[in-house]
Amino acid sequence: MSRRRHSDENDGGQAHKRRRTSEPIEIEDRLESLICRVGEKSTSSLESNLEGLAGVLEADLPNYKNKILRILCAVARLLPEKLTVYTTLVGLLNARNYNFGGEFVEAMIRQLKETLKNNLYNEAVYLVRFLSDLVNCHVIAAPSMVAMFENFVSVTQEEDVPQVRSDWFVYVVLSCLPWVGKELYEKKDVEMDRLLSQIEGYLKGRVKTHVPMLQVWTAEKPHPQEEYLDCLWAQIQKLKKDRWQERHILRPYIAFDSVLCEALQHNLPPFTPPGHMPDAQYPMPRVVFRMFDYTDAPEGPVMPGSHSVERFVIEENLHCIIQTHWKERKTCAAQLLSYPGKNKIPLNYHIVEVIFGELFQLPSPPHIDVMYTTLLIELCKLQPGSLPQVLAQATEMLYMRLDTMNTTCIDRLINWFSHHLSNFQFRWSWDDWSDCLAVDLDKPKPKFVKEVLEKCMRLSYHQRIVDIVPPTFSALIPAEPIFVYKYADESSSSLPGYPVSITVGNAIKNRASNEEILTILKEVPNPNQEDDDDEGESFNPLKIDVFLQTLLHLAAKSFSHSFSALGKFHEILKNLTDTDEGKLHILKVVYEAWKNHPQMIAVLVDKMVRTQVVDCAAVANWLFSQDMAHEFTRLFIWEILHSTIRKMDKHVQKIQQELEEAKDKLEKQQHKRRDSGDDEDMDKASEDEEGQLEEQIERLQEKVESAQSEQKNLFLVIFQRFIMLLTEHLVRCETGSVDISTPWYKNCIERLQQIFLMHHVTIQQYMGTLENLLFTAELDHHILAVYQQFCALQL
Amino acid sequence: MSAKLNALNSDSYIDVSQYRDQHFKGNRYEQEKLLKQSNTLYVGNLSFYTTEEQVHELFSKSGDVKRIVIGLDKVKKTACGFCFVEYYVRSGAENAMRFINGTRLDDRIIRTDWDAGFKEGRQYGRGKSGGQVRDEYRQDYDPARGGYGKLAQQHRPTEARNTF
Repeated sequence: MSRRRHSDENDGGQAHKRRRTSEPIEIEDRLESLICRVGEKSTSSLESNLEGLAGVLEADLPNYKNKILRILCAVARLLPEKLTVYTTLVGLLNARNYNFGGEFVEAMIRQLKETLKNNLYNEAVYLVRFLSDLVNCHVIAAPSMVAMFENFVSVTQEEDVPQVRSDWFVYVVLSCLPWVGKELYEKKDVEMDRLLSQIEGYLKGRVKTHVPMLQVWTAEKPHPQEEYLDCLWAQIQKLKKDRWQERHILRPYIAFDSVLCEALQHNLPPFTPPGHMPDAQYPMPRVVFRMFDYTDAPEGPVMPGSHSVERFVIEENLHCIIQTHWKERKTCAAQLLSYPGKNKIPLNYHIVEVIFGELFQLPSPPHIDVMYTTLLIELCKLQPGSLPQVLAQATEMLYMRLDTMNTTCIDRLINWFSHHLSNFQFRWSWDDWSDCLAVDLDKPKPKFVKEVLEKCMRLSYHQRIVDIVPPTFSALIPAEPIFVYKYADESSSSLPGYPVSITVGNAIKNRASNEEILTILKEVPNPNQEDDDDEGESFNPLKIDVFLQTLLHLAAKSFSHSFSALGKFHEILKNLTDTDEGKLHILKVVYEAWKNHPQMIAVLVDKMVRTQVVDCAAVANWLFSQDMAHEFTRLFIWEILHSTIRKMDKHVQKIQQELEEAKDKLEKQQHKRRDSGDDEDMDKASEDEEGQLEEQIERLQEKVESAQSEQKNLFLVIFQRFIMLLTEHLVRCETGSVDISTPWYKNCIERLQQIFLMHHVTIQQYMGTLENLLFTAELDHHILAVYQQFCALQL
Repeated sequence: MSAKLNALNSDSYIDVSQYRDQHFKGNRYEQEKLLKQSNTLYVGNLSFYTTEEQVHELFSKSGDVKRIVIGLDKVKKTACGFCFVEYYVRSGAENAMRFINGTRLDDRIIRTDWDAGFKEGRQYGRGKSGGQVRDEYRQDYDPARGGYGKLAQQHRPTEARNTF
């Protein structure tokens, strides 16, 4: 592939330094470059380039055979979008040098075993597909390929294995057929029919509980969100009905047929699929994302149907291009737009669909969200006359289907759209969406617009938002992000905390010490207590209120000012939040003061967790508290919760790593002692060090257990709260004979799903506890269904 | 087996640029080493009116932000169009170099570059007039960066007041 040089444009990228080293390395670099670049834009035809390259490589075989083998195996694995280019190349080499062909096949089989052992299932698919296309190039004999497929499909007969395991083996076989189905059927139709019939039987018996959790829309219309194996099966069925005629895939080997059919073929060695290992991580099931069909591209080539194999191949190739080039957005955009065969398909629509498909993928996108925003911007730059229109059309369609869109996907749409707009002066035809003003503000469409405007404001400022929307949209404009100071002026002088707020404020301004301030705060009356109380050391909500309101007010100017304030008075804050009630209350005060500025609330909570003023469970309890019920469906609530869970996760991982490092150190120390001989002094010093390390390991082990316990507790709190809220709602609806499906309910149940999906790796560790304590059979089936769907993801 | 081909490993957006801080305490080698391990980015071409909040919102998209230091005019102590963004881990900064560098903040294309690490004093502009060097000599009119360049302003006292 290209080493694109992103030179002057000020947006990053730098030319690689050339290595001036010894000859062999230069030649190897040259070979790599030649092989990786074949198939790119060139003045000569692809065929003549392949011919030329085959000649060069053949000449280099005596000296560089292993290197060439290595490079070819790597491109088979890492450049699947250029599959047929490289299979043709291997075919030409095999025709010229039969032994080399055999060695390549062996190397590929070794590589396949390695990738499977290392849980690299996606790459393994590409390797098998490469092998199958080598049948078309007369390198591998068709019957031996069929035999491999038969071995793969026999995995479906295994008992007591996760469904995702047999799923994978079936997927591999089916996904090769667009390339090699025709050839295999011509040679071995009886065996292939048997194979397909076995697959059909397997697919009929599959459990599909997981599907609703992975669908972007709950509605079947206009495009059903099909489970990926079901969709692929339908596509292969149609291909078979069309007698395996497939016209989309670029097949350079056809031009070389006369040369290739003279070549001797190799047989694949019998390949037994490696057995199931308990730590195997098979790919998760997925749902095929569709948002366009042939009615959507107004002019030009027609979009292939959803069950056409062309659709499968195009989507596969576009996904592969993104996978290869995601780190370099200009290259990625250019490669997408120069897709071979682009003149016969509405390429812009396919690209936009594939990109949104990845962005909305559940549980999570293959790459970081912001990459997709920037990639779309690059695409708009390269195709200014056509792509922005397709993107606008897509946005419109997504807006229209918000009512049935999964909440997690709506979150991502909000973040994408607001960030995108901020790169285009927030220009949008908001009037087109005035239908959202006619319904309740808690319905998906106005809610979406409201959240988008809030995010747009964060990237600009309040007045900008007022200026960009029509006056009719004023109800959806976010609040001006200003501090609400309870003790602002004389009008609040009747409040019980008012006098001390003045004193404390002055003390802070005059740089009083922490002790002095704590003394002042002792004067704050405690609304919770009787007059004849003790030292006044217990939880006093008013004290927290007075101190924090005043402090945050003084520091309200910016994030940095507020962080600085939290840091400076950390001791006082720890003192005030010694109890669980204290922690809960401080969060409440922060919210009351900054309720107009959710962004500020989020960063303050983040800082307080990181500096251990509050713990993660307190944040969870606060978000689920009655006080916050009216904000429960707002995006910032969930951003805070997920961020808190992630911090907990990172904390556990950090201590686990420290433990591992200490264990490694101890092992090294023990080896050293064993190897160092009989020096008594050395021995004693070594023993001491080992003793210290062992102590440290014990301490860290305790720390890990404590952290994991805290983490488990956090999830228990969250799930318990969800169960309580949802059960309450369901019971209330049942007794009132009211439909349960309110916007609030849809939001809440999908947020519960979101917790499972976004943190599935961590949650897996605690499944036993969750099942025993919370997700029991007594639970309402609506809630239990979410848990069962989650379990089904890794069946 | 795990062949990593140089030709396919291109990640040019995160490469270190040619810029080296002339005030850096240490030699070129040390500076480069720090740049290659850094979690901190320099961000340039900001509007004078861009706030820490806006920077935080945008740069949080590539990772958790540890700290933002807004660059200040040394004399006026007001924002002068640059800042430092420090992430908790390097991957946050790398993704910012890949996906936020060269996109817009406050309607301006901003530029990010690796920084060896914030030290007290580095938040000030190094231009003679107190702002950034680039604003000393530029000839164009940029209302978001104080209008004309400082040198140009001295030659056009009346026109400079036409900022809005």
